[in-house]
Amino acid sequence: MDLKTLTYIVVFGTFFIYFAIAWWARANSTSEFYVANKGIHPVLNGMATGADWMSAASFISMAGLIAFTGYGGSVFLMGWTGGYVLLAMLLAPYLRKHGKFTVPEFIGDRYYSNTARMVAVVCLIIASLTYIIGQMKGVGVAFSRFLEVEFTLGLVIGMGVVWFYAVLGGMKGITYTQIAQYVVLIFAYTVPAVFISLELTGNPIPQIGLGSQMTDGSGYLLDKLDLIVTDLGFKEYTTAKLGSTVNMFAYTLSLMIGTAGLPHVIMRFFTVPSVKAARSSAGWALVFIALLYTVAPAVGAMARLNLINTIQPASGESLVYAERPQWFQNWEKTGLLEFEDKNKDGKIQYSADKETNEMVKIDRDIMVLANPEIAKLPNWVIALVAAGGLAAALSTAAGLLLAISSSISHDLMKSILIPDISEKNELLASRIVMTVAIGIAGYLGLNPPGFAAGTVALAFGLAASSIFPALMMGIFSKTINNKAAIAGMVSGIGVTLLYVFQHHGIMFIKGTEFMMGMDKNWFFGIDPKAFGAVGALVNFAVAFMVAKATDPAPEHIQALVDNLRVPAKSA
Amino acid sequence: MSQNNAYWHANLKLMAFCLTIWFLVSFVFGILLVDQLNTIRLGGYKLGFWFAQQGAIYVFLVLIFFYAFMMNKLDRKYDVEE
Repeated sequence: MDLKTLTYIVVFGTFFIYFAIAWWARANSTSEFYVANKGIHPVLNGMATGADWMSAASFISMAGLIAFTGYGGSVFLMGWTGGYVLLAMLLAPYLRKHGKFTVPEFIGDRYYSNTARMVAVVCLIIASLTYIIGQMKGVGVAFSRFLEVEFTLGLVIGMGVVWFYAVLGGMKGITYTQIAQYVVLIFAYTVPAVFISLELTGNPIPQIGLGSQMTDGSGYLLDKLDLIVTDLGFKEYTTAKLGSTVNMFAYTLSLMIGTAGLPHVIMRFFTVPSVKAARSSAGWALVFIALLYTVAPAVGAMARLNLINTIQPASGESLVYAERPQWFQNWEKTGLLEFEDKNKDGKIQYSADKETNEMVKIDRDIMVLANPEIAKLPNWVIALVAAGGLAAALSTAAGLLLAISSSISHDLMKSILIPDISEKNELLASRIVMTVAIGIAGYLGLNPPGFAAGTVALAFGLAASSIFPALMMGIFSKTINNKAAIAGMVSGIGVTLLYVFQHHGIMFIKGTEFMMGMDKNWFFGIDPKAFGAVGALVNFAVAFMVAKATDPAPEHIQALVDNLRVPAKSA
Repeated sequence: MSQNNAYWHANLKLMAFCLTIWFLVSFVFGILLVDQLNTIRLGGYKLGFWFAQQGAIYVFLVLIFFYAFMMNKLDRKYDVEE
């Protein structure tokens, strides 16, 4: 069977499974729609959280990012997993104890303020909507690359699939489809990695293979990689830093607290039956996430090695362009690989020197997408990677859509605009809002605004500088009041946006950057993407100063915090 | 109420212990002391590099389950189970 037919069968087979699950898990009440009736087993919730969390970027882009940044890429590995430690200890159990439907609802209750709730809603919508654009693009990319469907058509099919199961099933349907999607994506990610690790090192476990000797007798894999990349003039793989040590520190911290503050992730912990289950579920989530995240550095390093070995079979010897392998030609067509014969010798010279380097474009996504072909793996593995990429993008998109729709139908409509709305109408409203949100997300995926490239940075920056500190202070301080929380959130977002916009333009519009004679990354060499941690510090500092100058939170709020801190129902 | 306060303080102490290790394996071993640790090897891995790309994640995992286990014990000890 040819690759295309096989890919169609695998991809549409997985879609069929998602539809069947969604039909089985239809939601009939707001509790089912928002929090799956709080009846999800902690291990299953952990698996769903894994799929919810691991996006198109984790699946398609992260290994490539590590492949080209080496040690520097560790910030993503530590940042996107370490956040779960914070979530498990600082947030999830207490928010679950509160027992409501949304993150802004907690903020509104704790800070006895609709203003605080609205600030949280705005942060949530901006963070989730920017995040979702990336997922929609991921769906379009997977379709166009593997099924040779137009990007637009691919995106529309993806929208249709996610619409069907998210609108029908709400959190309940999303949870069970995410579990299926997790299985698809982890299988698709690890199978090629196992084959490649076996081929290069003789060890089937990629995590061990990365630290093993090469089967061709050329010593340890990482030593060899260090040697060949430095030969080409790149920085040594295992020691190359991402900016400075300070930048790596801030970057890791920003990603950690951003992860812990992302509403679509926190929301998953509202679906488990108890506080105890919320704690262990965070552990299970990290088990399922770590399965991919500890394989990713092996995929990155091995793919980089395979790529260089193809282009430069031996030191100083270059591949003749006319003899390039089939996968090279395939990916040239997509524009992800580009070759320019600068010295007209018909050979491919690859080096760190921009003047002589002839591999003018190697898109980092190719490290995962083309990996099975580079390693000459069978066709069914390639088909699986397509289904896995789609599963990663769709599962994350669904979680984000639910976060957006619940914050509008529950936090905005039910609580503020039309408080006497019936449950049936609220359910209908959240389905309509979700449909509209899918439409907007699809439109933005097709016509990405200028800020699309900076979107993930923005989402993490907002979550880190506004939502995480507000939640944490609300639990760990009994006396912090509404004014302090609002001032903290607004100033946290304020400085973060200021720094990001200063570098990348106001709303990421080119030409509106305002460096005013300052150097790039002027604040201790910190990249705008790593600035969320600084925003969070500003948030905490401002909140504490305002709290000192104003009255403590009223008695009944202090009692609410006391109640959050113990699992037992209050007497 | 004082029973609940004692429970909360025991929780804070446990949290402080866990977060110290969290900070140590990622920020200290994986970033601040990476060059020093890289002089030690773990098979083909330099130790600092291993912490940054593998070890920290494994420790995070153990930490969450350890915390959950210890909190279940505290819940019973202070009689605050759900």
